[in-house]
Order: sequence, then C-alpha cells, then structure tokens
Amino acid sequence: MLFPVILLLAFISGYLFPWWVGCILAFGAAIIFGKRSSWAFWSGFAGISLAWIALALLKSIPNEHILATRVAHVFHLPNWGLLLAVMAIIGGLAGGLSAVSGLMVKRVFEK
Amino acid sequence: MKVFKAIFSIATTLLLIWALQTKFGDVPPLGEFLNPSTGFWQNAESKNVIPAEKLKLKGLQGEVTIRYDENMVPHIFAENDHDLYYVQGYLTAKERLWQMDIQTRSAAGRLAEVVGPKALELDRYHRRMGMTYGAEHTLQGILKDPVMSKVINAYSDGVNAYIKQLKPGGYPIEFKLLNYAPEEWKPINSAYLLKLMSETLAGGSNELAMTNVLDKFGAQVTNDLFPDYPTRETPVIPAGTKWDFKPLPVPAPPAAFKAQMLAGMKEGKEKVEGIGSNNWAVSGSKTASGYPILANDPHLNLTLPSIWYQMQMTGPGVNVYGVTLPGAPCIVIGYNQKVSWGVTNVDADILDWYQVKFKDANRNEYWYNNKWNKVTKKIEVIKILGQKPLTDTIVYTHHGPVVYDNADMAKKGHVNVPVGNALRWIAHDESDEFKTFYLLNRAKNYADYREALKYYTAPAQNFIFASADNDIAITPNGKLPLKYKDQGKFIMDGSDPANDWHGWIPYEQNPTVKNPPRGFVSSANQSSTDQTYPYYINWQFAPYERGKRINDRLGAMSKATVDSMRILQTDDYSIRAQDILPTMLKYIDASKLDETQLAALDTLKKWDKYCNATSVGASIYGNWWVKFYIFTWRDNFEDKKTLLSYPSMDRTETLLINDPNSKWFDSKTTPVVETASDILMASFIAAVNDLVKDHGKIGKDWQWGKVKPFEVAHLGNVPGLGSGNFESGGTGSTVNALTGGHGPSWRMVVQLGPQVKGYGIIPGGQSGNPGSFYYDDMLKTWQDGKLKELLFLQSATEKSTRIKRTLTLSK
Repeated sequence: MLFPVILLLAFISGYLFPWWVGCILAFGAAIIFGKRSSWAFWSGFAGISLAWIALALLKSIPNEHILATRVAHVFHLPNWGLLLAVMAIIGGLAGGLSAVSGLMVKRVFEK
Repeated sequence: MKVFKAIFSIATTLLLIWALQTKFGDVPPLGEFLNPSTGFWQNAESKNVIPAEKLKLKGLQGEVTIRYDENMVPHIFAENDHDLYYVQGYLTAKERLWQMDIQTRSAAGRLAEVVGPKALELDRYHRRMGMTYGAEHTLQGILKDPVMSKVINAYSDGVNAYIKQLKPGGYPIEFKLLNYAPEEWKPINSAYLLKLMSETLAGGSNELAMTNVLDKFGAQVTNDLFPDYPTRETPVIPAGTKWDFKPLPVPAPPAAFKAQMLAGMKEGKEKVEGIGSNNWAVSGSKTASGYPILANDPHLNLTLPSIWYQMQMTGPGVNVYGVTLPGAPCIVIGYNQKVSWGVTNVDADILDWYQVKFKDANRNEYWYNNKWNKVTKKIEVIKILGQKPLTDTIVYTHHGPVVYDNADMAKKGHVNVPVGNALRWIAHDESDEFKTFYLLNRAKNYADYREALKYYTAPAQNFIFASADNDIAITPNGKLPLKYKDQGKFIMDGSDPANDWHGWIPYEQNPTVKNPPRGFVSSANQSSTDQTYPYYINWQFAPYERGKRINDRLGAMSKATVDSMRILQTDDYSIRAQDILPTMLKYIDASKLDETQLAALDTLKKWDKYCNATSVGASIYGNWWVKFYIFTWRDNFEDKKTLLSYPSMDRTETLLINDPNSKWFDSKTTPVVETASDILMASFIAAVNDLVKDHGKIGKDWQWGKVKPFEVAHLGNVPGLGSGNFESGGTGSTVNALTGGHGPSWRMVVQLGPQVKGYGIIPGGQSGNPGSFYYDDMLKTWQDGKLKELLFLQSATEKSTRIKRTLTLSK
C-alpha cells in the first residue's frame, strides 16, 4: 500500500508544492501505512524517484531533452539520462529517509 | 531506544533536505535545482507552440496584438505609445530576464551580492569608474524629457508586470544555477545599459601606457612611433570633403604640454585588434533597384543569450523593425517604411585621466587653478554574498572620481588605470540617448535623421542612414569635447584649468557627409576624417584595412543587390596581407629553411590572401605577422614593471617598408645588429615551428578554422550553455572580423524603396532560455554567412504563413 500512495501523492504534489512537500507526504504516508523499515525506505525511495522521473520526462520529452542535455554538460555528465538518474537518486534518498522517519515515529507510539 | 531511533532518522532526513537546499561553492542547491517541480526541468520549453493565446495585463491602456514568426520574433501592434513600450518591456523580460538582470547588476557594481567575493574587484571598479554616478545623471536627463520619461517608465512597468507574476519554478535557469531571485526593475537600469555600452566601446584607455612610453623614450621617439595620423587611411568622411561651417576657436594647450612635446632633442602591450563593426549605404545610382541599400554589422563580444532581441514595433506614427537591447526601450538598429539606419563605434577620445595633487593624506582638498579646492566624497556600499558589506569612499574632484587611490587597488584590479588620477568620462554626463532612437524609429527623411542625432551623447557612433528618397549619409556622432590637439593622449595635469574639457564640438559641426559623389558612405571604426577637420577627435582609431576593403569593393560595384552586400559582410580578404606580405616574403632566404618551412613558404606564396576557414596560408601568414610584430617591439616595449603601449600595426608596416634597417629591428638581447630581414626570418621560423608543435604536419590541420578557436560563449560563462567551439573564417583586419569571441552580433541588409525589404541574422536566437528551441536556432544560418528575410508586417491582421503564434494582451 505504501509505495503506490507515496507515488501518487508525490506526483500530484509535484504540480502544486515545492519538492520537499513530497517528503512530508511520504513521512505521513509511512505513519499510516508503514510496516517494515526496509520496505518503508524502498517505498519512499521508489515512490518519490519514480514520481520525479515521470514529472521530469513530462517536461523533457516535448523539449526533446535539449535542456536536459545542456544541463548534463553543465555538470560534466555525458548525457541527460545520467542527469535524470542523479535526480532520481537524490529524490529517492530524500523520499526513502522521510518514509523511514515516518515509520520510526509510528513505532514510538505503537503498543 | 525507539524514541532515539525516530529522532535520529528525522534528524538525518532534515539534514539531507537542508543539504539539498543549500548552495555549496559554485554548485547550486541540488534538490532545489534538480527537482522536477521548481528545478531546471521547468525551463524545458515544449516544441509545440500555442497558436493563439489571450492574456490580461492590468497596466495596459488598450489592446495589444503580438504576432510571432517562425523565429519567435514578436511583431507588436499597439494602440498607443504607452502600451507599445510597456509590451516591449514585458516581452523582453519574458525572454531575457536574467540577461537584463546580470548586465545591469554588473554595470551597477552589484555582482558580489549574488556571486560572492570573487566579483568584488569588478564591482568596486564599476562603482569607482562612476557608473552609478553616470547612470543617475542619465536618468535625470531622461526624466526631464516628457516623452522619454513616459517611454522609460512604461517600459519599466512592463518588465515588472512580467516579474510580478513569476513564480520560482518559472525563473530563468541562471537564477536557479546562481540561487537568487529576480528583483524589481527600475528605470535607472536602462541607463545602466547605456553605461555598459560606454564601458565596452569607450571605457578603455591607454593614457597610462602612453605616458610611460613618453617617460621612457622621450617626445621625439613617441612622436615618431605613435603618430597622430596613420600612414594608410580611408577616413569615414571621404578625404577632401569640404567643411561648410565656421569652426569654434580650438582651445590652446597649456604651456607645460608644449614644452614636453617640443623637447624632442632629449634623447623610449601587445594590442588586441579586431573588435570591428562595419556599416555602409549605397546610393540608388549603384544598385540594381535604383534605391539605396544599407548594411550594418555591429561587432561585440558574442554571447548566448544573444546580445540583441529582434522586434517589430507598431503604434500610432511608428512601424519599425530592428534589434533592441534587452533592458532598453526602442529599436537601436533597424528600418521603417521610409528609412534605415545603423551604427558602428567611433573611437573618439571621450575618456581622460587627470593627475591630482592632494593637500594631505586626508584627501579633502586638491590643487586646481592655483588654489586648494574641496573634493566631494561619495560613499558606496557593496553587498557581498556570505560576507559583511564593504563600504567604499570615493573621492570626486571637479573632473570626476579618483578611480584607484593606491597602487594596491590597481594591482588587484585594472592595470591600465593610473593610480591617484581623476577620471573625466563622457559617460558621467547627463544625457538622453534613447531619444535619438525614439526619433529614428519614426524618421521619414534625412531632416528627421539629422534632428534625431542631436540628442545622442555616448558612446559616439558612426550613424549611417539611407532613405527611400534616395538619400544616403553618415555622421560620426556623439557629444564630443572641444580639445586642443592630442589633449588626453597622455595623462594630464589636473591642476591646470587649460587641461579641462572646454565645451563641445557643436552637433551640426560633427563630421558628416550626404550623398557623396562616389555613391556610397561607409565606416569600419577607422579615422572619422582626413586631417583637414578643424577639431581633434582622437590620435588613434581602429586600423584602416576593413574600411579600405569595403570602399574598394563598393567602389567597384554597380547594380548592387542585397546579396552583394551579404557577400561583402562575410568577406575574408586581408588587405593587410595585400599591403605587407610581398615585402615580408622578399626578405626570406629559402636556402636557410628546412622542408616544412619551405612547404609553408610555398603555400604562402600561392595564397590568395583570403582568410577563409579552410585556408592554410591564412594560418601561416597570421601567425607570422603577429610573431614579427611582437619580435620587433617586445625588447623595448615589454616591461614587467611598467605598462607600455606597442606602436600600431600601421606604424610597424611603414617601418618595415621604409626603414628596414631601423634600430628598432635590432634586438637588444643579442650582440649583433639585426635588421628587418633577421626579424622576419626568425619570426617566420618560429611561426612555422609553433604550427608544427600545435597542429602537426602541414596540411588540413593547419586550416585557419582549425587553428583559430572561436565560440559564442554563455554570458555567465557557464560551460554547456554556449555554442561550443566551431570553425570560422575571418580575422581582426578583415571585414568579417571574427576573432577572440568577437564578431558580428547582428548582420542586417535593408533594401529601401517603395516596398522596403529587410534581411538580418543574429548569432543565436530570440529566447534567452537554454531550454528553448529558439535559444540558438539562428546560429547555423549566421555561421553559414546567410541572412533571413525579415517579416515586416503592415497591419496586425496581415496574413503570412510565417506567423506561428498570436498573443493578445488586454486590460
């Protein structure tokens, strides 16, 4: 349950709020749906990073990746795919850690 | 334990988020920059253009229609002047906001505020040069003019209308890279752009280097090696043109200056040339259509976003097409139904240095006109990112600011600024330059052109003109100080009133020519006039070669077309090689050369003197000439301790041709006495050896386009956002003067007549956004030396297949 919820929330909030709001939502989702810590981490990671990839591609495909290619060169990366991967990992880490934090908070109040 | 785990994991998460929101060094905040919601992805523009859109803009008075063509050039149709300039500001901001921000920031000395201490010296230099002081005066001048004050305020309001609705995700990418936000636009920013132009085109000086030459070599050598007029010249105003005015008396030089210059019996920096603009207008008598054709290619340090933004502006009493300077109202270079105009720089001496004698270390009083006078002090506060602001006190005499107080400042900043000297600079004066463009945009004939020029102050430009009435004209124009001959060639004594600027050359007496018998007018930054002009403008102008080539070609032309003009704009023929290469070759002793050197010599002998991208001869000649020039002068003029001017290329050529045994060819470092022949041999061998070292065996890799690096770099030098290196022809002394990142920032050709037709191209695109298809879509056409036919609409409803988008703005 946790992964699809984070994915959906992160995707929708991506159109409305600054990026770190997605982290708060992952945190909240894990309080409600979180079970195992490794599962929480990977749900947060995949939820945010996939949402980000989708949001980024929706902008970048109609752009034929001309900007992503230029920005990749700004960071001395050979192509835009690597830049997308860097973005996905950064978003994923933030999302994963947020979800784990949510789960840890949940455990404080359990039983 | 659970509590600890929860706190630990929340703390780790917050730390990560904080790190992703923070800028480390030059790396932007990664989370902020890379996330798809507000980060750079938001700057990725779709290829799909929305064909019709309506927007509300509260500040408008009526309805404005904007039609965009296939290069996204906006064609604005407004119902009144206010809306016309309001929308000009709005649309320019939409495409070029960061460029507008960073350029005015740089001029205002406010870069350190956003990029930190590394920009501090540049900021200080700009403040101490009096850029702020000058911009304030110019704004005053504009606001005094009821028409222009409305124009500048409407423009500014339009820019702000765009900024106000902007959310962080929509900020131009450079704001995100540098991690700062756009701020409110002020009318003074437009004045700052003028100051920046003055700095670029008339802000350099070699008075210190020339004074050092005078001190080292004495007056006789200085007069000999740095003559007041070149050997070869084809002045802007054709030689022999009569001056039909009664000149004002020229001020007398102070006695001390004369004594210095007559003391001939007393017993002596590589210059980068080629920032060269061209313009010309050909009379109907020489064109195929019978109507004039005007051409202009202003050369500047090329950047992306492009320096110019193309626009058509239509309103009551005006329908004009051309290029605009992002951040400034009106069309700067362009045409309307009746007339066309353009500009190149005039190397007028409108910047002088004055030695100041202070009473004491407090610098509250200075000696002038035989008494102590009070200075004024201006306090500048420079904000620095991540540091406490720097408070800088600048001393002003009646001449202007003392730019560098001590040697330490010069060491860290600009070496050509003489320490403890006050600066008198035309850019400090009250002015109203935009008025000239406002009037030219609406000009119908020659009289309107002459009227418009009266309002122009700086930087002085060769204003070229052609009209459908079959008039052509050119005027080196600007507010030019009335000076004694050579006033300001060297640093002056600031205590003597005789050294002050003594008023101005009356506008109507600025050199000008209308419909000369030769059937064309032209300029390429060379001397404004022959030596009969009664006033002193400067002792040194850009070298004559480009002007000579243009005049040779135009002189030979008949039935000229737009395409003949286009071909001349991209002409790579080297007049300098024509003038000097035969003499250089004469001195080469082939028996002393090795195989590669012989091959190079052979190539050179067969070379057609065109510096096109595939020419090997151009590479050999180019390197050889530069080496010869340096070898000739460096032992006397290269000094680690003092900055010295090198004699000009023109003087060097004359020395080689007339005086090959001159003492200047003798290298001081060797016991033997060298002549030109020895220097030519040594420099030829060194040039060829260098080419072998850097480019291998003689052949394809020696082609000029491969030897000469060239790129259109990003304005902020961000790697990846520029064009990258590409092969190009041309060099500093050819009409197509592509060198060191400088080149034609706009090429325009306009065929006047009952139905005006304009052609033009910029090395880039309309958009300032690297994420737009219109960021560099015109670069390829520019590189190919081609022009685009410009779409000049007669009404907002005119049909054209080239229209891709219509934007309607209303209250």
